[in-house]
Amino acid sequence: MSQIFFYCTLVLYGCATALYLGYLLHTTQGMATWASRLVTAGFVTHSLSTIHRYNAAGYLPITNMHESLSFFSLVIVGAFILFVRKYKIAILGSFILPLALLMIIASSTFPSAVHELNPALKSGWLWVHTTMAFVSYATFTIAFGAAVIYLIQQHFLKKKKFGALFQKLPSLDTLDDINYRCLTIGFPLLTVAIISGAIWAEKAWGTYWSWDPKETWSLITWFIYAALLHGRMTTGWRGKRAALLSIAGFLVMLFTFIGVNMWLPGLHSYNK
Amino acid sequence: MNIIVVGLSHKTATVEIREKVAFSPNQIEKPLRELVALDEILEGVIVSTCNRVEIYATTRDIAGGIARVKRFMAEYHHIPFETLESHLYSYHSEAAIRHVFRVASSLDSMVVGEPQILGQIKTSYGYAAEYKSSGIILNRFLHKAFSVAKRVRTETKIASSAVSVAFAAVELAKKILGNLSDKTVMLIGAGEMCELAAKHFLNSGARGVMVTNRTFERAERLAEEFGGEAVRFEELFQHLHRADIVLSSTGAPHIIIGPKDVEDVVKRRKFKPMFFIDIAVPRDIDPKVDDLENAYLFTVDNLQEIVQANLAQRNLEAEKAEEIISREIGQFFKWLSSLEVTPTIVALRNHFDEIRKAELEKTLSNWKGLPPDAEKRLEALTMAMMNKLLHTPTTVLKKAGQGGRVDLYVDGLRQLFELEAAPEEAEELELEA
Repeated sequence: MSQIFFYCTLVLYGCATALYLGYLLHTTQGMATWASRLVTAGFVTHSLSTIHRYNAAGYLPITNMHESLSFFSLVIVGAFILFVRKYKIAILGSFILPLALLMIIASSTFPSAVHELNPALKSGWLWVHTTMAFVSYATFTIAFGAAVIYLIQQHFLKKKKFGALFQKLPSLDTLDDINYRCLTIGFPLLTVAIISGAIWAEKAWGTYWSWDPKETWSLITWFIYAALLHGRMTTGWRGKRAALLSIAGFLVMLFTFIGVNMWLPGLHSYNK
Repeated sequence: MNIIVVGLSHKTATVEIREKVAFSPNQIEKPLRELVALDEILEGVIVSTCNRVEIYATTRDIAGGIARVKRFMAEYHHIPFETLESHLYSYHSEAAIRHVFRVASSLDSMVVGEPQILGQIKTSYGYAAEYKSSGIILNRFLHKAFSVAKRVRTETKIASSAVSVAFAAVELAKKILGNLSDKTVMLIGAGEMCELAAKHFLNSGARGVMVTNRTFERAERLAEEFGGEAVRFEELFQHLHRADIVLSSTGAPHIIIGPKDVEDVVKRRKFKPMFFIDIAVPRDIDPKVDDLENAYLFTVDNLQEIVQANLAQRNLEAEKAEEIISREIGQFFKWLSSLEVTPTIVALRNHFDEIRKAELEKTLSNWKGLPPDAEKRLEALTMAMMNKLLHTPTTVLKKAGQGGRVDLYVDGLRQLFELEAAPEEAEELELEA
């Protein structure tokens, strides 16, 4: 059942992505409307798939690459739906949905069998630690999307190119506002994720911090966003600088999430 | 019944002529009453804006009606008929309907797609309705025109982009600064376009205006006009950081704002972005300002480019609008033709006759053992009943003959009995007569 919903989601996200990319090129409001409907439908099937898997396995399905990539995609789409509702900028979908689609496609390439939960993970901390991390990652992904659009729109403004795409993209102010909003949501969540992880580590492994690759890279991610938040609040870093840092933060975050799992074995490697 | 349009617009008359024939909204009752008191004219609406003066009316006699309205315009304003006539255009029937639909949809405006005209026609119609100079036909006609205009507005992008330089500046600023409600405008120097742009910014919600000028008195005067604040020219850089939008058009022979100045100002603003428009020739603002982050400089040429692109877009949209209008004309014209008396009587008779025949057939088919002549007698009986029933309404309609009341009756009959409009039959009948 979970697999059926999973593949429905894959198809729905695929169609939504195609429509959003089409919307980037053509001025038809209908495309964006349909894309947003497909995304909502996809989010529903995706949630159902995740819930089914949770019921079947008995734990939050984020314990291997298949599960966590799918879960990441789910949280990104959830965050996207909320942000589009608040800021009314459908065009964000042209940048976020391809990412969500890539994640779920990547997820489908990993073995999907439900397995026995590693005893080390049987803890309430799993919930706190991972969901906080995922939600913060999702908001940083939205910030990344807004940052990319910001750079494109700024390019148009500086080069005095006022084409159809320029008309369609939102104002620099809105994009910068989204960036800031994401930061103020994502950064505290990432902080909670890291602290709860440290407490859990103390209980499970006997030490708060052991410089395992995941910990190290999380810390780097945290520092980048901390610097950005600090810069914004004190010296008024904004606009292009904030956009570039958000993009850098996102890339490091992506490496922390995927790269470390794949190539840097450590204490966090449960999915052998 | 025929709809006629007589008028002049920016396309046919200069502003001097238009001024002379304009009807003041404060004294619109008198001309409206005089208009419908004319023998040839049954209903009338007067539309008078700075770009056009038009009279919409209904008449039985197209040529006579048009000539009478033309004379009325000349006489009312005491202008020699010959002088006025060369500027007047007139339309009747389908062409009149198309004209009014196009005007209401802003396809005939000086700036195609400008939004004011619809409101102006609505106001004009409001007066006509108030003073009862419009009747069933013009009421329906103008409501139709409003709904067509609304359709054009929502189904095409005719009015969605800025087509004046000043307005393009506002649109552009919104793309950078977002909401303008907490933004301040700085006006450097005086110039018609800058003042216009400042007005547009204020209308779009900008919070306030600062004005500076080499002659402080001029700055003060302008500031007063905008409800803003005058700044001494020497103190420009002490105030510039408060401005989000800078409009500059001084006659200075050299640059007054350089990149270093803006860099300092932007830093002082904690890197909040600034929007500059330089209209002056030679330039007031160093082009290098645009290389700075969080400072965006545009020239009139940039704005002109946007306007040109938008105008091209509007013309494309105008074609779509014409198609919409063509479809709507057909529908309205059908209704208008249906208001003729003769075809209505025919339609009413046909309607009754169909019912009579159907009922008669039903009765006869179930009735066994009838005497041979019974069928004929029943036929005659039902016919007589129908004729008697229809006699009074028919004579009343024919007597009502000419005039506004007959349209009311005809429209009422059509609606009560759900009669279809049948203009073809009307033609046949007229030929027979």
